[in-house]
Amino acid sequence: MKHKLLLVLSLLFVSLFTWAQEGGAEMADTMRSNGKIYVVVAVILTIFAGIILYLVRLDRKITKLEKQS
Amino acid sequence: MNKWWWKILSIGLLVYTIIGGLLFDVPKVMILNETIRNLYFHVCMWFSMMILFIVSVVNAVKYLRTNNLRYDILSRQYAVVGIVYGLLGYATGMIWASYTWADPNNPAGASFSAIAREPKLIGTGIALLIYAAYLVLRDSVTDLDKKARISSVYNIFAFAFLFPSIWIIPRLLPSLHPGGEGNPALNYNDIDARMRLVFYPAVLGWTLLGVWIATLKVRLNFLKEKTLLK
Repeated sequence: MKHKLLLVLSLLFVSLFTWAQEGGAEMADTMRSNGKIYVVVAVILTIFAGIILYLVRLDRKITKLEKQS
Repeated sequence: MNKWWWKILSIGLLVYTIIGGLLFDVPKVMILNETIRNLYFHVCMWFSMMILFIVSVVNAVKYLRTNNLRYDILSRQYAVVGIVYGLLGYATGMIWASYTWADPNNPAGASFSAIAREPKLIGTGIALLIYAAYLVLRDSVTDLDKKARISSVYNIFAFAFLFPSIWIIPRLLPSLHPGGEGNPALNYNDIDARMRLVFYPAVLGWTLLGVWIATLKVRLNFLKEKTLLK
């Protein structure tokens, strides 16, 4: 029991160290601050919308075929 | 199957995934940096692949119990979408690994031998090849009932092989790939609360998209084989 408690505590400390590391990692903050990230979001959403539109049209066509038969 | 609400749900969840996945706050982790956001895309591919393969194997068993060719069509189409998701997971993993696992101090390709030894890559590679063989086997039999029967039995084998190749062996060997112990991404402690907010909807959204594509192909095949189906 004692060993388990010790293990849990030591693992907690390990997780504390990883928390401390958080501030150090470099993130794309410039891209966020000047708003360029929204361009990326817009591009991906446009492509996604195109694919979905294609799927919806395909779905409609198949529904029509099903009704015909 | 022809209901619209879950398709709209899928679109909504994926739009949320794209916006939230790129804009929401994420933990700052060394080496990963912003690539941590790939969790919403790369990992979801594997989750969805597994779910689609489960649907496929359930339909294979149903076929063997009832001999109704409808289940065979369902089983086949879900397996194909599962394979596509697996390939996409593999491709995205390659891109991600080349920016996080490869040593930037070495020339490009120098880290290849280390990355190629990854048990997860080999395991998933084998699993996907076995599923690819499912398609080859199917198309090599011309008799319809025999084709359905053999491929259903093979589907069960392929599904069973997923367990050693992608669940067990990668957990036994040392790996650079995260999620080696316990249930990766489902474990409450190893994924940040902020990321869970986007990750779970993302899994559901991608899975529903896969189901949508599969049902389209299923319906088309039902139309094609109309005369044969009971």
